[in-house]
Parts: sequence; structure tokens; C-alpha cells
Amino acid sequence: MNPAARETAARATPSRFDAIIVGGGPAGLAAAITIAEAGLKVAVIERGDWPGSKNVMGGLIYSHPTSQIVPDFWKEAPLERHVVRRDMWMTTADSTLKASYETTDFALEPYNSFTVFRSRFDKWLAEQARARGAYIINETLVEDLLLESGKVIGVRTGRPGGDLEGNVVILAEGVNRFLTEKAGLGAKIRPATVALAVKEVLSLPKDRIEDRFNLEDGTGAALEIVGDVTGGLPGTGFIYTNRDTISIGVGVILKGLVDKVGESYELLERFKRQPQVKRLIDGAKPREYAAHLIPEGGYRDMPQLYGDGVLVAGDAAGMVNAVFTEGANLALLSGRAAGETVIRAGKTGNFSAHTLSWYGERLEKSLVIKDLKQFEDAAPFLSSHAHMFNLYPEVASAAMKELLTVDSLSKADKTRLIMRLFRSQVPTRRLVRDAYDAWRAIL
Amino acid sequence: MNRETRSSISSVVCVKQVPDTTQVRVDPDTGSLIRKGVPSIINPFDLHAVEAALVLRDKFGGQVTALSMGPPQAEEALRKLLGFGIDRAVLLSDRAFGGSDTLATTYALSCAIKKIATQQPVDLVICGKQSIDGDTGQVGPGLAHRLGFSQLTYICSLQEIDLEAGVIRAWRQREDGRELLEAKLPAALTITETCNQIRYAALPDLIAASDKPVEVWNVDDVGADRALLGIKGSPTRVKRIFAPPARQRGEILSTPGGDPADAAALLMDRLGERDIRLGGSRV
Amino acid sequence: MSDNVRSETDDSPKKAAAKKGRRGRGATKPGDIWVVVENEGGTAGRVSWELLGKAAGLAADLGSRPAVVILGEDDERLAREAFSYGARVAYIASHPSLTPFTADPHCRALSQLARKYKPEAILLGATTRGRDLASAVATDLKTGLTADCTSLEIDEETGLLKQTRPAFGGNIMATIISPDTRPQMATVRPGVFPLPEIIESAEGEIVSTKPRLGDDLPVRQLEFIPNPSDAVSLQGAKAVIAGGRGMKKAGNFALLEELAAELDGTVAASRGAVDAGWISHQRQVGQTGQTVRPVLYIAVGISGAIQHVAGMQESDIVIAINNDPDAPIFDVADFGIVGDLFETIPALIAEIRKRKTAGGAALDFTAGEPSVLKKAGKGAGKAPTEDAENTPDETPRDALGGGE
Repeated sequence: MNPAARETAARATPSRFDAIIVGGGPAGLAAAITIAEAGLKVAVIERGDWPGSKNVMGGLIYSHPTSQIVPDFWKEAPLERHVVRRDMWMTTADSTLKASYETTDFALEPYNSFTVFRSRFDKWLAEQARARGAYIINETLVEDLLLESGKVIGVRTGRPGGDLEGNVVILAEGVNRFLTEKAGLGAKIRPATVALAVKEVLSLPKDRIEDRFNLEDGTGAALEIVGDVTGGLPGTGFIYTNRDTISIGVGVILKGLVDKVGESYELLERFKRQPQVKRLIDGAKPREYAAHLIPEGGYRDMPQLYGDGVLVAGDAAGMVNAVFTEGANLALLSGRAAGETVIRAGKTGNFSAHTLSWYGERLEKSLVIKDLKQFEDAAPFLSSHAHMFNLYPEVASAAMKELLTVDSLSKADKTRLIMRLFRSQVPTRRLVRDAYDAWRAIL
Repeated sequence: MNRETRSSISSVVCVKQVPDTTQVRVDPDTGSLIRKGVPSIINPFDLHAVEAALVLRDKFGGQVTALSMGPPQAEEALRKLLGFGIDRAVLLSDRAFGGSDTLATTYALSCAIKKIATQQPVDLVICGKQSIDGDTGQVGPGLAHRLGFSQLTYICSLQEIDLEAGVIRAWRQREDGRELLEAKLPAALTITETCNQIRYAALPDLIAASDKPVEVWNVDDVGADRALLGIKGSPTRVKRIFAPPARQRGEILSTPGGDPADAAALLMDRLGERDIRLGGSRV
Repeated sequence: MSDNVRSETDDSPKKAAAKKGRRGRGATKPGDIWVVVENEGGTAGRVSWELLGKAAGLAADLGSRPAVVILGEDDERLAREAFSYGARVAYIASHPSLTPFTADPHCRALSQLARKYKPEAILLGATTRGRDLASAVATDLKTGLTADCTSLEIDEETGLLKQTRPAFGGNIMATIISPDTRPQMATVRPGVFPLPEIIESAEGEIVSTKPRLGDDLPVRQLEFIPNPSDAVSLQGAKAVIAGGRGMKKAGNFALLEELAAELDGTVAASRGAVDAGWISHQRQVGQTGQTVRPVLYIAVGISGAIQHVAGMQESDIVIAINNDPDAPIFDVADFGIVGDLFETIPALIAEIRKRKTAGGAALDFTAGEPSVLKKAGKGAGKAPTEDAENTPDETPRDALGGGE
């Protein structure tokens, strides 16, 4: 029996809210929890059957930002495994060059990151919001914003009696930032700045996962994979270990795909066939497919974050760090900031863009904008340097192979051979240029 | 149950939270049910039952109460129904109810309905025609019998209620056609999916639903006899469950380039071997 | 919950059942197996005779007799028909309130008969009226009822009726027993069991009774509108010929109509053909259409996506015709023809006509035991331990016996 039901039974239903949040993902729910905890009236309007039902992620939930929203969340949240090891693989059609980091520290509370299923995790997060007094409205699509003299005063849904008024509308609507566009805050997303990711969940018994991935009971591994897996297109693949399933997926910039979804699934199939990957997932049975768009335009592609009576958070605000595959944590942090903004503005009774601009300042001072700014060149860099994704893995692989093969060549001859190979494939000028561009883009 | 002529109709709708059956499987290696991760939904036919009750309330006024027997999680389903604007939601939940077959289930539900009837009038008990997990269709008629209500099943259209005469008229869908039946109130109905279209809940109702309580009743709240509940009260027992034999790939009789007439003849021969009769004698 | 189910493995209930069992071999003699005849104005629903055939076999296993119950008005003629299908006893209850069928008087009449003559088991067709009647009577007699059985057998050890049925939309099968209550009741869908052979000269005992019924019925029929003769009914069809995207256009469905006519079957379609606007949604088979279980299902130009297969996988025999050898439909078809449907279908029609001319009389479409039994018999579907408990946290019984 939900104790919240008994508690809330006595209160009167509001017809007007302090905040209306469009979208029940991490950004929207973080905002809802923040606002509800302050005793204000907040409604989250989610188009899916329940928050998370429409969400898919090829990433991790990070402990630190999440515990700011719900302290000690790891004790009760539906989490799959806490990640102790991160791998970075560079692949060719038949080889892999790996970098791996593992630490016992990540196995200790409060942990660092977790693998999750968004349909379960977000649902749980929504319950936290509900328990704190937020109204969660599912299966409802917000079709439009209500405006009065250019100010956002509420939302319109398709339901009978479906207009809802509130002081601030927080647009946490996700990558297809349709309302953000309508509010005049940002442009429509473009294929060049959006990645399409497809993912499969494969089931494998818990013990076998731990065996295969060399993990201790309950710990997890997260693998980011580049190279042949994306068929030469800019993008990455990933493999995450869950309790008794494995999530495997690949994402590429949409612009590079001709037949978008079909080609993406083909990429995934190809990824799964790569010999070292294949061995890792051998015997695992496919359970689910999913696909999702990821905004990868970064800082340059972000919309205006605030307007009169409106704030934008999460994927809708383009807050994804593609280089580090971080999106959910930025969403949580921006949602919290949006919530704090609403509370602050509420004290003044003023919800104009000027008052709400505090949101922008807050984010600029936090890692959210700092990281996005730092990597603002990353996406265009990677797009225009597609060869990073095929040439370098090939060359590195060839070099390693030569180095490790014992044949009749002397080590000195081998070294010469490798240098020649390198220079023929990657002229020094280009190597220097790439190194310089990469340094500029990422550091 | 006695009733004087009244001016409104109040109903109790019985609903069930069920696993989304398209996703339930038996693990072929262990023979056990894989329920993990299978989402729960409201039995789709029950939504039509709720809609029928709401349609009657629109016309005649009265109260709509949703009643469900299930584990604590079933509260979610009832809360969703509150979003449609029903007046009251009651969850019958107790470990003692677990493992009930239809006989024990109708007993438990009838205890709850009798209790509700002490608090408000109950003119109709409305159920969906069957649940998508059990697929038996037995609860509606069973309830009718226990409560002494008239039984109207497979109702595809509500015709009218004559409050003066104390009867309800409705069309029942049979295999060979439809019949118009007149039943004395109080009555127990089971509703088909063609009876109505589920309404799009109004936003104010959805919001208000969060503030409405779901009443939770246990065995003692409804005064049920434990000997008639759960496994003890269920005359049927599941002896075993197993995965249905999967269809296997059969025989390819012909490939492109083959003569269609030969393929046809071979097919008919095969059907003959399977004891398919054509023309009174084997093919 | 699971503890209770696990008690199936305990000694006491099983020993007690075994003691109760071995009926007809020393302990109390088992009662008769009754079939309630679907009496529609003097004509019996075909399912009644199908069940009677099964009842005869069950009764033979138990050492008792197959009987029929005829509720209506003076139906000695039906009783004689029942004898020709294998019944040895016919209980006739006559009363004007029993016609037309409404559940309440039929329930009272059948309950009275059951209390007086104590059958071992009562079988009814799983039709709209059969289910209503069965549930009301089972509730009245406080006995076990299993719906939609696809298999019925007498357990050798215990003498109990083993009732097997699908659950969770057909995703699992369950075998159910009612060890402690009598009569053991079950409903069975039409077409599951074959029609028994007729023995013209068979005789039996008629027991005529007058049930204690009032004239004031809680439910009465005001009107009946039969289905229009052109209404599409996929459900009862013994042969279904379904067309998919491979049909290319609406006009080509005429070819399937021709084949259907030869097989006394019905034309259906996959979602692809319906979405293309070639045929009405009423004929759609699949997850978003209808589920059919005919004897013969012919999939023509259908790729066999899982959403379609879900709607026809319980057919006894599946034939697939498709020019794509990799089409998934071939994975579920008993017989496949990889080829051009526009050549294959006419060839098939011609072949059928040829054989009909050779064979003679009108079409009678029956098959042997339903495919589920056939396949179950071959040991498909690895069986778990004999007892019901499966997951420690929940039993399947809530769904299988409980609920609607």
C-alpha cells in the first residue's frame, strides 16, 4: 500500500501550479523532486505509460549527481550493477586494442556509477517525486504552450479540460525539443547534430556474466568501443553489464545514415559479429530492441535556456557530453537547477526571463556548462574527422600485430616496418594536425 | 437484495491487474514461469466495463466503484482508474487471497461487494468478459450466482434501464447472432470489447486522482471465511505448467523452378496422410 | 502461496488421492461422465457430440458410462441421437422455462440433476452459453471448473480427470485437477475433439425428470437477431486461407476465394494486406486482428512476422506459399511451397478438383486429434517436475484458475 496515497488523501487538488514540467525523464523528475520538497505545487506531464517507458539509454547513472537529488538512492533504487571497470576498445574487423581501468574504490559505497534500465529507474524516480507531493500525469502529451502577451503561462494537452496553468513551465521534453522550438528558444534539431543509437538487451545468467567479464558478485563493467563497429561512420558502440542481461548498442551521427533505422540495426548486427565482441556475448539471447536519438550538437547547438515563464533542461537543452557519453547526469543537474530557479522566482512572484536568467548563471557556474563548453568543438571535430574512427584503429592494430608477431624479422626491422606503415597510412603532417585538432577540441 | 425504485444507478466494477500476456513465457529449460520484468496492465476488457459504468453514470447519476482483488501493486491499476473519474476504488488485498481459483475469487469478491452494499446501493456488478491471463470468463457468472443477481454476459450493447420496472435491457453477443435480454435489477454484467470505446480521461480527473484514496481491505474487513479462500478454498489445483510445443519447421515441398502441379499433388498427398478428408473419403 | 503449492509433493494429499483413486477397482465406483447437450430448439450443437466422443473414452478408462444431459422440452429425439454418438444414458429435464436458453433455469435444472445422480464429471462446450452455465453450476455445487481445455485424460494412478488448457494468451499450458470436489467440471471449445462415428443401432437408458423451476425468470429474451448470412466469421472456420502483401492487389484475393470455396473455408488476411486496403479488417489474423485455430491454415504471400504468427500458430496444419525461401513463415509451417503463388494456387485448385471428382461426395473437413495433443504426445515441450510449483515467489494458479 502506497503510504503516499493515505497522506495525500486529505489535500485539495490544485487547479493552478507553481511549476508544470513537460517530460518525466531525469531532468523533469529532478526538477519535480526539488520543487515538491519545497512544498510547492508541481505537475509532471509524461507522454509515455509511465516515466521511463519511452526512455532508452546507452549510458550510466552517476552516483554523485543522483544522490544530490535523492540522497542514498543506491539503497533503494532499481540499479543493475555498480561499475568498477571502464574499458575503451579500438576495433578493426578482426582485432581489438583495449585500454581498461578498474579500481576497488568503485566497489565501495557510495560507488561511482551504475548500469540501469531506464524504464525501471525513471519509474522509481517518479515515485520519489510523487511521494514528495508532485503530481505525475502519464499518457498525456503536451501539444502546445499557453501564451499570454508573449509569456508562457501554461500548457495545452489533448485531453478534455486539458489546459493547465502554472507560474513556470519547465521543458524537459527530450531530444525532439518541439515545444522549445515553439517557444522560440531554439531551432529544430538537425541530422548533423543528432545521433541515432540502437540497442539490444541480451539475457545471460548472472554467473556467466561475472565469469565472462571477470567481475565479482554484483559489480559491473562498461565498455566504450570505437572503430570498425560503426562501419567507418563517426560514432561509438557500448556494452554494459546488467544483473542478468547485457546491453549492447551502437550510435552514429544521423546524417551519415542513408536508411536510418535499418542501417543502424545492420551496424549493430555487424558489431555483434566482430570476433572479440562475439565471444563476449556468446550464448546471450536477445530480449529487446530499442532505438533513440541523442542530441550531440553540444554547446553550440543549445537553445536559449530560459524565457518569460519558461525554462529548458536536459536533452531538450542539448545537455549531452558526447565524448564522455554523459547525458543523464547533466539532465539531473539541470533539472535540479531549474527546480531551484522556480523556488527562487516564487519568492519574488516574478517569473520573467530576467528573473529566470538565474538558471543560466547557475548552470554556467556548474560543471554542466563548463563541460559542455570545453567539448563544444568535439562533435563537429569528430564529424569532420571520420577517419579517426577507421584509420587510426586500423593503423594501431597493424602496428600492434607487427610488434607482437614473432617471425623472422628482427625487432629493429619490425620497428622500421611499423614506422613505414605509419607514415604511409598517416602522413606526419596529418598526424600532427589531427593531434592538434583533437587537443583543441577536447582539452 | 431488495431495492425500491430509485432515481440513479450505482455500480461496482470488478477489475484485475494482469501481466501483459504477450510477454509471459515459460523458460523451456526449467519449465518455470518467467514473470520477471513483465509489465502489469489493467485487463483490457475491464476498461470497457469501467467505461460502461461511466456511461450509465453520465445518464443516470449514481456512484461508480472499482473493486480489485490483488497484491498491493494492484493499487497502481486502481489509481489509474481513479483518473477516469470513478468515485471510489477498493483494493481487496491479503495474503490469504493468494492462490485462489475462480471459485475462491468469486467468494472473496462477493464478500467485498456485500460489504460495499451496506454502505451504498449496488444495482450492477460489471466485469470484463474475461481476463487475458486466465481467459476463463468464469468470474462474472460466478459472482452473479453468489450474489443472487441476474446474469447478463457478453454484453455488446446497453439498450436501456427502466428504473420504474427495475430492469435493464441489453444485447448479448452469441456465436450465431445477438439477443436482446431483459434482466431484473440488481444484475451482474460482463462486457465485450465492442460494447463501447474507452473515453479519454479529462485532465482535471487525472490530476485529482492523485489525491483520492484507494481503500485497502483485508480478509477481516470483509468478514470472509479463510477456509473458503486461497488454495484451501480452491477446488482446482495446477498440477503442472509447461511451454506449449513450439511449431517446428516442416517440410519444404517445392522450390522455385519446380512444377506447381507437382507441388500441389505432393501437398494433397501429405494432407491425405494426416487424415484430412475431402469429399467424404481420404485425399 | 508457494508453500501451499509445494504441498502437492507432500505425502498426505497424494496418498489420500491415491486411496481415493483406483476407483472401480475396489473403492467407491466412479460416477458417469456427463456431457451437457447444447440444445438449440431441438438441434444439438456439434460440440456436444465432439465431447460425447471424448466422454466415452474417459468413461471407459474409469469403468463408468458416458451420459448426456438434455435440458429443454421433451427431447427424446435428441436422446436417441445421443445414443447413436455413444451415450449410454440420457437425462432429460423438461420445462418451458428452459427454452430459450437463459443461464438461471438451466443452472438450477443441471444442479438438481447433478445433486441427485452424482456424476463423476460434467463436460460442456466452451461456447457463450456453455461457459455461463458451467460457471453458475460450478459455483452452485462449489466444485472445480476448468475452462477451454485442449486435452482431457484420466490419470492412471489417481483416477482424476487431468484437464490441460492454455493460459497467458496461449504462452503457457497448464494441467489442472480437481481432486477433492465432485463433479469435476470442464469446458472445451468446439473443434478440439473429433466427431465420433455414428452407430445407428445404439441404444441407451432415458431418465426423464421434471426440474423444480419457477415461471418467473430473472432474465428473459425479448428478441434474437441471427448473424447476417454474409457476415465474416473466421472463428468457426475449419480451413482458413490467408493472403498477405504477396497478393499484390485486392483483385487477386478472388483466387483465394476460389481455393476457399473448394475447401469450404474462409478467406483471411495479414495486417499487410489489410493496411494496403485490399481487404476488410474483419478478416485480419494476427495480434491486432483475430486469433484462429482452424484445422488447416494456408498462408499465401505472407512473410510470417511474429505478430501474424501469434494469431494462427495454434492451427493444426499450416501450409505456407511464398516465393522467398527465407520468409519466417516457413519456420512455423508444416508444409511449405517456395514458389510463385499465382502459379501454385491455381495448380492447387486444379488438383483438389481432380481428386474430388475421383472421390465423389460433398466436402467434410476433419482431422485426427488436434495438433497440440499430437505434439505433446511426441514429448515436445520439456516437462518440469510433475508438480506445479515453479517460481518461489509466485504460482501461476492465480491466472490459471483465478480471475475472470
